[in-house]
Amino acid sequence: MQANRNDGGWSPYLAGALVGVLAILSAYATTVWLGKTTYLGASTTFVRGAGIIEKQVAPERVEANEYFTKEKVRVDWQFMLVLGIFAGAFIASSTDKSFKLEGVPPVWRERFGPSVGKRAAAAFLGGVVAMFGARMADGCPSGHGLSGMMQLSVSAFAALAMFFGVGIVVAAMVYGRRK
Amino acid sequence: MDTAQIMGLVTGILFGFLLQKGRVLRFEKQVGAMLLKDMTILKFMLSAIMVGMVGVALLADAGVIALGHKPMNVGAIVVGGALFGAGWAVMGFCPGTSVGALGEGRWHAAFGVAGMLAGAALYAELYPLMKATVLSWADFGKIGLPETLGVSPWVVIIVFIAVALGLFRWFESRGL
Repeated sequence: MQANRNDGGWSPYLAGALVGVLAILSAYATTVWLGKTTYLGASTTFVRGAGIIEKQVAPERVEANEYFTKEKVRVDWQFMLVLGIFAGAFIASSTDKSFKLEGVPPVWRERFGPSVGKRAAAAFLGGVVAMFGARMADGCPSGHGLSGMMQLSVSAFAALAMFFGVGIVVAAMVYGRRK
Repeated sequence: MDTAQIMGLVTGILFGFLLQKGRVLRFEKQVGAMLLKDMTILKFMLSAIMVGMVGVALLADAGVIALGHKPMNVGAIVVGGALFGAGWAVMGFCPGTSVGALGEGRWHAAFGVAGMLAGAALYAELYPLMKATVLSWADFGKIGLPETLGVSPWVVIIVFIAVALGLFRWFESRGL
């Protein structure tokens, strides 16, 4: 268990444990300052983001939509958290020189070639399906996988098992060797 | 920005920093875990959960914070979880890591982000249909594992930590 690898990365055990500490502090801080215990999550922000974009073209449609009304289209704590993830990753990667512009992931390139269009189409479709599922399940690997598990929620154990179980099968089909 | 937004931003920056330092934002790490070849994200997640579950249980026991279970809606979790798993494998990112991957220059993550925004809009459109079908099958509500099993949270936590440490040993012995 190396704390500092040669590429500037930290041990995943250490970085993960620190996320655990961050989650505890955040649950405490949101309770004290915002009056409501709030746990780490990410996928609801995509609903709000979609609502904000859709509002530009069809505001009355967003207004009338039951789901947008339920999840409240606004820039809230979690929305800023998600923007913060972007900023934090940028700061971490640009200070240890691991920032790299990459148009096609190397593993994808090995299997499907260097076409950006192919990667874009697959990633987009994967994204549509993944988010549809995450909204149905009411959470993603952050909301269920981290926050739900920390609270010992039954739904989190079941959701995480489904995420990984189906992920393993589909990954084997998509990236596994053909024939 | 109001207090909530500032707190979210600060927490997010720290979260993103740690996700990046743990090297879990990479497409190859996510797909590597699903191909059972590289367990970095599992090491990261289980470590976060182990630490977090102890702190959350202590604070909840003391009445300082409230638990907020998500509902154990069987159709939602099984069908939604399966769809998520399938999409995750193809996209190679989950919602939080996709945004982080953009932050470390992996701009192809933007295609996944666009797809996820479209997926969220689609779900909003089909929500009434989902409510009438999948979401209405069987809902056990907001339940925790300890009360469902009739044991103390600490029993679940100790077993979880023991299993996780066993997995870590196994990962390291196999070089995963």
